[in-house]
Amino acid sequence: MTSSATRPQGVRARAAIAAKTLRTDRWWFAPLITVIGLSAWVAYATVRVFMHKWYWVEEFSYLTPFYSPCVTDRCIPEASHFGQYLPGWWIIPDAAFTLPFLLLFRLTCYYYRKAYYRSFWLSPPACAVPDGHASYSGETRFPLIVQNSHRYFFYFAVIISLINSWDAILAFNTPQGFGIGLGNLILLGNVIMLWAYTISCHSCRHIIGGRLKHFSKHPVRYRAWGYISWLNVRHMQLAWITLGTLALTDFYVMSVAAGWISDLRFIN
Amino acid sequence: MTTTTTRIERHHYDVVVIGAGGAGLRAAIEARLAGKKTAIISKSLFGKAHTVMAEGGAAAAMGNVNSRDSWQVHFRDTMRGGKFLNNFRMAELHAKESPQRIWELETYGALFDRTKDGKISQRNFGGHEYPRLAHVGDRTGLELIRTLQQKIVSLQQEDKREHGSYDARIRVFDETTITELLLDGDRIAGAFGYYRESGEFILFEAPAVVLATGGVGRSYKVTSNSWEYTGDGHALALRAGATLINMEFLQFHPTGMVWPPSVKGILVTESVRGDGGILKNSEGKRFMFDYVPDVFRKQYAETPEEADRWYTDPDNNRRPPELLPRDEVARAINSEVKAGRGTPAGGVYLDIASRLPAEEIRRRLPSMHHQFKGLADVDITKEAMEVGPTCHYVMGGIEVDPDSGAAYGSVRGLFAAGEVSGGMHGSNRLGGNSLSDLLVFGKRAGGHAATYVDQLTGRPRVAVTAVETAVETALAPLHRDTGENPYTLQQDLQAVMGDLVGIIRREAELEDALVRLAELRERVAKVSAAGGRKYNPGWHLALDLRNMLVVSECTAKAALERRESRGGHTREDFPTMDPQWRRVNLVCSLAGDVVRLARKPLPKMRPELVGLFDRAELAKYLTDEELTEFDALVATDAATGAAADTAADADAEKER
Amino acid sequence: MGTETSGAPGKPAAKRQFRIWRGDAEGGDLQDYMVEVNEGEVVLDVIHRLQATDAPDLACRWNCKAGKCGSCSMEINGMPKLGCMTRMSTFEENETITVTPLRTFPVIRDLVTDVSFNYEKARETPAFAPPTDLAPGDYRMQQVDVERSQEFRKCIECFLCQTVCHVIRDHDENKQAFSGPRYFIRAAELDMHPLDARTDRKDYAQTEQGLGFCNITKCCTEVCPEHIKITDNGIIPMKERVVDRRYDPLVWLGSKIFRRGQVPQTSVTSEHSPGAVRSSAAGGGVHSHAGGSHDAQAEVQAQQGVNWHREVPHPTAPAVDASGKLPLTELTFDRAAAPSPFGDDVTFPLPPEHLNFAHPTQDERNH
Repeated sequence: MTSSATRPQGVRARAAIAAKTLRTDRWWFAPLITVIGLSAWVAYATVRVFMHKWYWVEEFSYLTPFYSPCVTDRCIPEASHFGQYLPGWWIIPDAAFTLPFLLLFRLTCYYYRKAYYRSFWLSPPACAVPDGHASYSGETRFPLIVQNSHRYFFYFAVIISLINSWDAILAFNTPQGFGIGLGNLILLGNVIMLWAYTISCHSCRHIIGGRLKHFSKHPVRYRAWGYISWLNVRHMQLAWITLGTLALTDFYVMSVAAGWISDLRFIN
Repeated sequence: MTTTTTRIERHHYDVVVIGAGGAGLRAAIEARLAGKKTAIISKSLFGKAHTVMAEGGAAAAMGNVNSRDSWQVHFRDTMRGGKFLNNFRMAELHAKESPQRIWELETYGALFDRTKDGKISQRNFGGHEYPRLAHVGDRTGLELIRTLQQKIVSLQQEDKREHGSYDARIRVFDETTITELLLDGDRIAGAFGYYRESGEFILFEAPAVVLATGGVGRSYKVTSNSWEYTGDGHALALRAGATLINMEFLQFHPTGMVWPPSVKGILVTESVRGDGGILKNSEGKRFMFDYVPDVFRKQYAETPEEADRWYTDPDNNRRPPELLPRDEVARAINSEVKAGRGTPAGGVYLDIASRLPAEEIRRRLPSMHHQFKGLADVDITKEAMEVGPTCHYVMGGIEVDPDSGAAYGSVRGLFAAGEVSGGMHGSNRLGGNSLSDLLVFGKRAGGHAATYVDQLTGRPRVAVTAVETAVETALAPLHRDTGENPYTLQQDLQAVMGDLVGIIRREAELEDALVRLAELRERVAKVSAAGGRKYNPGWHLALDLRNMLVVSECTAKAALERRESRGGHTREDFPTMDPQWRRVNLVCSLAGDVVRLARKPLPKMRPELVGLFDRAELAKYLTDEELTEFDALVATDAATGAAADTAADADAEKER
Repeated sequence: MGTETSGAPGKPAAKRQFRIWRGDAEGGDLQDYMVEVNEGEVVLDVIHRLQATDAPDLACRWNCKAGKCGSCSMEINGMPKLGCMTRMSTFEENETITVTPLRTFPVIRDLVTDVSFNYEKARETPAFAPPTDLAPGDYRMQQVDVERSQEFRKCIECFLCQTVCHVIRDHDENKQAFSGPRYFIRAAELDMHPLDARTDRKDYAQTEQGLGFCNITKCCTEVCPEHIKITDNGIIPMKERVVDRRYDPLVWLGSKIFRRGQVPQTSVTSEHSPGAVRSSAAGGGVHSHAGGSHDAQAEVQAQQGVNWHREVPHPTAPAVDASGKLPLTELTFDRAAAPSPFGDDVTFPLPPEHLNFAHPTQDERNH
């Protein structure tokens, strides 16, 4: 706390260290696998969303989460659990009501932000490694200030998770009556992980209890906050797990729908 | 570079507080609240003071956990811990005022751990009869320093609102060392020092100086103290004409780490023992039961079974001997090691891993766990720690007026608080009493310094020649290039103090130590430092050395003089306490260059305070003569008491 | 002080290669040293051994050597770390260890940097505002309510989070607008304090501290030696609390309609917190100084017009000696004459907000 008045002022220089970073470990590894992982997933998802086929297994009522709810008039009627509202142009995804919000939920997620700011935007690529940009204003202005709307996308994500859960439940009701196959388990597992990811969201943690000043006056919310905090610590893992389960679920449904493999049935 | 061309930055303040630990900051807050323009001088960065190392807590008889606690009980524990050598008035003020000082911290923003009903939680600690230590996990010192630091910031924000500048009425000079106090006759006129960063000199003109520089541990080989603890305040006071008392009493914390070597000296908090940790020798024996002295026999358990019951039911069982006062534990460990039952690294085992579940240890001792894991890769939830005695705290210090903190001796305008002042803790300090000591006497010193400034009729003036001399002295090590390396000298000093004036002392060794210290004095006078003035640690150490040396001489002389063992002073050739010695303080002063030692009788405790103790207990400490006095006192008390009772009854009778 | 050359029982001491940055603001470079290292030592021990042997003037801050004071912050192999908490056993046997000063702050000498940036930001953060209706000793708080704030109070102010944060590490120009992770958790700590009387901490964090600059890349959490979850428990909850107030459309609409919830930009410095403890000498103090403020924001405000609500500082009498005169000891005085009659702490020119000058056309502009 040196005062301004008496000690020599003026801009003092930082230590003249030539190397941009002196880190000797493999700091570039984490951003690299993030880029590879996220790019691969986005590529797969884009291809699948615009394929407009192999999303529904009539025989076992399997609907892939990428097409839920199916709302264009191109949809197979049985797969449209919530009605059809949009024209069937190829540019419109069949789940046009939900996919954008899911995308935005993940785009504004506190974990994914860290992941893509570091790996794609290089701001910074790793700790104590220089930022790749000349100037920086963070999330103080448009467009990045929109990141603050994460909470609203969380609300949508809850609704979408409900829809996905409904799909998973409907899948138990095949045209032959009640039945369980490997596909059901995959759908169910995916939905559970989706819920875990959605609930572990930082915004959710805040809404449930984090915003309170006095935990002692809200014992129930405090307990809920405690559970969510437990999940929240694993938000990163859940973010990657759900990317995996989503792709896996979709791929399984596609494979069955295309007739590449047949579903392993346990009951009916 | 000659003195005449040396630039000296000059400041005017009302109160200059030297030291930015707990006591210094509390004093500064008080002086500023009294309307005085205050400077705080800190040797390191603001908020890094050694106070952060205090882990256990701050003792204050708030009675939050056990409502039977009161200031009287706290007073009694403090006197008992100090073996009745304490300045009774300081112990009394401390016991009475510490609860207010703790509560005050809450208004500054401190967040202590809470009891179920929302009050400040208090924990057990060695030597305290009831749970008494307000704490925050095991980082209470950090909480205290941060709280005071933030309070100072809030005062600066007030000043900014009122006067437009944060520094208008209270300013922190960080990384600044004071090398000399300047006098005008017998009055303090200012302080002279340098910025560590630039090596530039700085002169404070101030009529009142509060010393709060902490202790002297850096003179020892194995110490928990940081580099700052070079006895600056002690030496400054001596050179200004003040006196030191009780310098022979040094506390060796019984449980400092002894392994691995790089962290030798770092403390393992007493709460490890308070929460169930036990001490074992290399044979696996829980040896503390063999070392309970007679004076404590009544309060401590005799069997491990009883001791273990105490953790859950303290009201009906006696406490485990691991919680004996620190000096007893230190001595016990020392004896075990000397008897060949120590660990390979020269300590004993402190085991909590086998006593509590891992989860519980992590919850109760988070920073202990974290520290061991990080520093030594030792998991205290899995293995026992290797511990041994470490120089930790100096009970002695500047002799002060108990009420105002004003230094005795020939100087006026000098105040002291915290570890640098002496008397409060007697011959041994109870754990937790230092944090409350800082607050109680920090506030008092700051307040009385402000009052002193108000009473002054004219401002003392700094003499030009004194400043010139100070500049010359400070630059001398840089100008010499033939002298020794300051680091070598420090090592030699540490070796002398550690080996010859350590935890167990002998006459011949102490005499030897004095001879060696005299030799060191010659060598230190010729020390030279390489490099320039800008942030040069070698130069800084060269300047600190003479302070360490003069304080070490006081300690060695007093240790030789006191022919008994008491608290933090153990003489192998005089192993028992001597009631005659209890009535004596050894006072150290400086005459020119020479350290002088004098005996001074202890102030006599007021009757109502003496009355707080059992006769049986007093008999262990007091001379027969004093006991006769006590008996007479009790007799008259009983008589007047009875008379008062009858009078009261009569009154009650009338009212009916 | 790292003097125990006779090492631990067991392994003999080995020589290890170190590269340490030596220099000051004018320049410097990495210098090579071969140092003896014993088993169980940390980097700070090695620095101390260097001081005692090869480089007695090697500048380095340290205090407690136990990871509790946060003084020995440095960059070891490029990562900000505490020297006393970095065990030598974490490096390979033949690895060269590079030690440099904190990159984000101006260097003073060798490993010592000028961290005053942090203390300035600390001074700007509004302090705890005690509740007005509670006397000392009457504070009642539940453990569950204080735990969140207690986590942040573990902070040892080592400033590793500040130095690693790319917002100021790579963009020095953001230092004005951005307070850094240490002070975000300070704001969070106070906002979560069960008895803090201020309600504007969220707005403060957003408008004055630059919370929006943070893009939660979590390096602060990674380097924190106290393992405080700076991002997850401090910054993100603060961001969410800001969302509650500023980006919630309902709240926004309400504030537009009822003109509530808008906090003036200067709340920090001009608004008086209701519960602040007041000194008895406030206002009437003897030593009041029209000190030079280097507060850029105040200057901006001053540019916009005269601050008529400013309290005019009391003139200061310089210190006089026993005879009632100014002390004239030119030999040791820091300037060539008597102390300034305006007070020692006043520097000229005065900062603009301290001038009570009104431009003749100003009133017209305002109408």
